[in-house]
Amino acid sequence: MNNATTRMWGGLAIAFFAIMAFLPVVTSDSIIAVLTLIMMFAFFGQAWNLMMGYVGQLSLGHGLYIGLGAYACAVSVGTFGLSPWLGILIGAVISAVVGAFVAWLGFRFAVKGIYFTLLTIAVAELGRLSFENWSFVGGNAGYFLRVAQDTHPLLSLRGGTTFYYFCFLVLSILGFWGTALLIRSRLGYFWRAIREDEDAARAIGVRALRLKILAVMISAAMTSVGGSFYALLSGSLFPDTMMGMRFSIEIIIAPIIGGMGTLFGPIIGAFFVIPINEISNHAAQSMGIFGLNTLIYGVLILMVIVFLPDGIWPPVAKRIERWMKGGASS
Amino acid sequence: MNTRFSRRSLIKSAGAATVMSALPMRFSWANNHPTKVGVILPTSGVLAFPGQASRRGVEFAGMINKERNGPAMELIYADTESKAENGRVAAEKLIREGCSVLIGCWDTGATISAAQACEAAKVPLVINIASAPQITEQGFTQIFRNFTPATQLVSNAVQRIRELAAKTDDPPKTATVLYVNDTFGQSALKAMQAEWAKQNLPIEILDTIGYDVRAKDLSVEVAKAKATGAELLLPITRVNDAIMIVREMVKQGYNPKAIIGPGSPGPYEKAFTDALGKYGDDYMVCVPWLNVKNPRAVELAKRFEAMDSKNRFELNVGFSYEAVDIVADALRRAKSNDAAAIHAALKTTDIKDHVMWGGPIQFNEKGQNPNIGVALLQNQNSEPTVVGPAEAAVAEVVYPMRPFNER
Amino acid sequence: MYSLYANVIAGGVLIGIVYALIALGLTIMFGVMRVVNFAHGELVVLGMYIGYLLWLSLDITPVMAVPLSAIIMFCVGYVLQIGLINRFIRRPHHAQFILFIGLALIITGIHMLVFGPDARSIADPSSFETYEVFGLRLDAVRLYGAAVALVMIALLLLFLRYSSTGSAIRAAADNQTGAQAIGLRVNRLYAVTAGIGVACAGVAGTLISPIFDTQPYLAGELTLLAFIIVIIGGMGSLMGALVGGILIGVSESVAALLINPAMKAMFSYGLMILVLLLRPQGLFGVKQR
Repeated sequence: MNNATTRMWGGLAIAFFAIMAFLPVVTSDSIIAVLTLIMMFAFFGQAWNLMMGYVGQLSLGHGLYIGLGAYACAVSVGTFGLSPWLGILIGAVISAVVGAFVAWLGFRFAVKGIYFTLLTIAVAELGRLSFENWSFVGGNAGYFLRVAQDTHPLLSLRGGTTFYYFCFLVLSILGFWGTALLIRSRLGYFWRAIREDEDAARAIGVRALRLKILAVMISAAMTSVGGSFYALLSGSLFPDTMMGMRFSIEIIIAPIIGGMGTLFGPIIGAFFVIPINEISNHAAQSMGIFGLNTLIYGVLILMVIVFLPDGIWPPVAKRIERWMKGGASS
Repeated sequence: MNTRFSRRSLIKSAGAATVMSALPMRFSWANNHPTKVGVILPTSGVLAFPGQASRRGVEFAGMINKERNGPAMELIYADTESKAENGRVAAEKLIREGCSVLIGCWDTGATISAAQACEAAKVPLVINIASAPQITEQGFTQIFRNFTPATQLVSNAVQRIRELAAKTDDPPKTATVLYVNDTFGQSALKAMQAEWAKQNLPIEILDTIGYDVRAKDLSVEVAKAKATGAELLLPITRVNDAIMIVREMVKQGYNPKAIIGPGSPGPYEKAFTDALGKYGDDYMVCVPWLNVKNPRAVELAKRFEAMDSKNRFELNVGFSYEAVDIVADALRRAKSNDAAAIHAALKTTDIKDHVMWGGPIQFNEKGQNPNIGVALLQNQNSEPTVVGPAEAAVAEVVYPMRPFNER
Repeated sequence: MYSLYANVIAGGVLIGIVYALIALGLTIMFGVMRVVNFAHGELVVLGMYIGYLLWLSLDITPVMAVPLSAIIMFCVGYVLQIGLINRFIRRPHHAQFILFIGLALIITGIHMLVFGPDARSIADPSSFETYEVFGLRLDAVRLYGAAVALVMIALLLLFLRYSSTGSAIRAAADNQTGAQAIGLRVNRLYAVTAGIGVACAGVAGTLISPIFDTQPYLAGELTLLAFIIVIIGGMGSLMGALVGGILIGVSESVAALLINPAMKAMFSYGLMILVLLLRPQGLFGVKQR
């Protein structure tokens, strides 16, 4: 990508996020709540995308990191009375370590392809079952954060709808910017080399094992931070929700539909996925029609993987590029 | 008498009298809109049976309220899909839609999570059913629970068991507990163990066997219970697992002297008696119940059951009905749609004539109604019948339980 | 004590045989086509709903419903393979995985739409029956289920060994290029294989429907169960599926007995992880070069 294109996309990104930041002024609380979810899934999608899109490893157990981050933060705040910022950090460190361990196990024992995916599922399920039977974190009965005290939101990280919207918006911006920096760096260059042809990369001296583990660690830590904020937003944690397979699958739908391995893909995907969810819930509540969201997600994923394997965003991006370039050159 | 009697005051009082006489029980206040009352229930998923029964209770109460010209209420429903975390999601959505008071949520986990949202938004939550003691221990100021906490359910249950053991010359000497391993089940189990120790019952608890709320198969758990040889089985269940447990007991030939559920849902629900028929009989449970000695309550119950053959006026229906009554009563006294005013009115609730058995409905400083009575029910001919305590009983208890293969 | 363990183990063996049938469907698809059917559990649940529907409308027990269920599910598998999956045989594994996730979501969505999310149980008098065999108390529905599953497994093994299509399928499994070279119509063979695999899942589901309550969300659990069995037994090995199924059925029951029942799944997952790391070809699989 040459500099002009980069600058154009950078400009578009800034414009997009600026609009998102301005939205709470003009919309109602219900829409802000939906936008918060969109930003959250966009962020989770970016984290997962790092592992899938850039290192080529399909993880279906990312719920584990969401849960670890969520519980670490909640327990730090609720049981130990620490600052939530510390809780987020603790969660990120724990998730990075667990992620590194799982990745190391997988790569060391040459667990490839679907077997690696199954490994991630099994580890996540073990995590869920452990938490379900661990009374210290409430087990199956759940862990509940007490009502927020009247301290400044930035200190306690508890606040209203708009507050959490900005939390996740900032996270998405940082995720976007961070991922962009990473893929343009030497690290990103090596990652792409590994993804294209790992043996060739190793032959020229790229330390594939370490770099793959690093990718997983970063992905896990990012996911964990999102999980911590989700715990603070939600106030009640259940192992089944936080670490279950449902969540693990839900967070990959957006990046798959949007476009794996792209920067904008997870965000665009989230804009598709969440409103569908809302409409489906509405149909379920008012008309007793269940399962619309599940069905539509399935159809979308199927259509994308069959017809547009790179996701919805890349063709759209090409169109935009051509339009912008066409305008510039005329 | 030196009353200040002017023409103006005469016209004013005449006007007031005309208005009052023309609208005997109509209540109007500043904005004249019906109050939006949000109702959060698990009407789909694992807890669908009791959730839907509760919803029918709410709808019935809404209908009766209209007939009696009660305060205008618009009931808006939200389904938690039997997932605890959806309590908060549903509460936030309803509050955003303008509800100034909420009713819910049946399941303890969902109730706590909804209570958090209500606390943040300062909207009162009238809890129709949810028994975990910790609900009133979290410091919530907006909740009003018109249901017995597990501690009270269990202490009453233990008392009923003691009475039962005293009445017969063949009392059970050993017991085993089967409990569902979720928020509700664990708190009930803890309460029961504490109460058992406190009241020093001569019945020894041999084992406590927990199982997952989503378990699809309870054959091993029941086999374990049977292997203990306990003469009394104490299941703390939901309705689906209660059905599974009895079915396994029939298949495995486990015939204890009695099955008594200390405050758990299940056996009194229509789904249970329909699924098990004669095998569901003789199962006892200690739960709050309809006040069968109150003729108005009995009539309401009969009317409800006549409306649809699927209906039974059990405690899900009854407490959901009462929750709407409580809200209507508060609205009548608050004369406003403002959540804070409704909250203040709820605090001073004192309803003496109500459908469930117990003293007047009042709320203490933690939001708990301390006056709810707990009865001993037994399924007789597929109908839950009150068999204890003596002052509420309408039939004799069947003890010991008839073995399954002799039915 | 003896009778408790004996009964529990017997029950585990019986349900394990039905689990083996599920795993068999999965392993055949992988062994022949290298296709990882992550929607397998959903197909089992489809079979459960078929059993439930037939019981509800025609009042036939699930065991009677098996032949019809097998035919329906075979067609489903055949059509899916020809229409969709054949294109993905050469695509990378993660693309296959995503395809099947999409398929799984569609099937679950349809179940929810048509039947709703509530559990449906088959309240037949036979669900209360038991048989006394050698002092063991055997659950009637499990006994019938295991018996029918054994028959299906035997039929399948006979088919693969002795029929011409069966031999062709085995040839294609061993050496795809070679099979094409001698003129076997590989695509049609794959469709038959998928039909068989899905039929196994569906029949197992029909047999399970009187044992567990039918609901859309059972699918995820069943998919993972099938994968655990196939990994431990060996991907592509029929013997592995059979042994693995019984092993998991028994170990789950015994684990529930010895440890906290709520933790019985942890044992299976732990075992799967160990196998993935230390002996990825499973007990009976062939080491992939």
